[in-house]
Amino acid sequence: MPQELDQGKIVAAIQHATGDVFSTMLSMEVTSLEPYRQPCKPEPANGVIGLIGLTGRWMGTGSIACTGELARKISGQLLMAEYASVDQEVLDAMGEITNMIIGNFKNAMEDEAGQLGMSIPMVVFGHNFMAGTSQSVDWVVVPFTCGGERLEVKAYLAPKPEHPARRRSIGGPEV
Amino acid sequence: MPVDVLIVDDSAAIRKILQRVLAQANLGVGKVYEAADGREAMDAVKQQPVGLILSDINMPNMDGLQFLAELRTHDQWKHVPVLMISTEGSQTKVMEAVQLGANGFVRKPFTPDQIKEKLAGIL
Repeated sequence: MPQELDQGKIVAAIQHATGDVFSTMLSMEVTSLEPYRQPCKPEPANGVIGLIGLTGRWMGTGSIACTGELARKISGQLLMAEYASVDQEVLDAMGEITNMIIGNFKNAMEDEAGQLGMSIPMVVFGHNFMAGTSQSVDWVVVPFTCGGERLEVKAYLAPKPEHPARRRSIGGPEV
Repeated sequence: MPVDVLIVDDSAAIRKILQRVLAQANLGVGKVYEAADGREAMDAVKQQPVGLILSDINMPNMDGLQFLAELRTHDQWKHVPVLMISTEGSQTKVMEAVQLGANGFVRKPFTPDQIKEKLAGIL
């Protein structure tokens, strides 16, 4: 099994899934900017982040990040409503947008990565927080502009370790 | 006679969108009930008979496929039409849903017309 999936395919899958969800569900256009690789090193962030775990022969995470303002606009388009703040409805709407984009990315990657399972989306809103993973792999980041605001969709998939990490119980033998 | 509908999805946003699609569909829909997962949906059908179910697949507690399998083990709900609406678009999942007794499958993202078209075929 290769140690890395084709980055071009990951980028194309993210671009297609994001464009499809924005045009079909939101009647909004996104413009893709230059994709890049980002080391898995958490940095301070602001705004809304939606996260979904992926698991199978390959494991990883898909994520969507944008400002609170864009999250309110996206939610307003989805639900035909106006939101003055990032409230529970906005978080729920962003969770569903994350679910659709990362779900369709997952479907596109299954040709190469085999069948993948998906977790329930988790959405965080805040200022000066860090979001990271325990795996030290690079993310593939695809930035977009949407109505003058920036949106980042990123993902990583790494081979599932053949042998789970060994654990040692306190005072007990290594298992 | 109007058909009462149960919408099963853990996203309140999707439940709201589907409510709106049903209201505009002109398909003789009566009352619309909601459930946030398969377990809530089982409780709902025990309390209120419905003539149509729209269900997501990926949900906490009991997912859409587990719900469908459970639903079809009961004689009184064996023939209630179920339309699955999910991001899970792989052929494996679609086949699994059909084998468990789903009457249709719509992949998210969807347009209102795709849902209306499927429902017109089912009802």
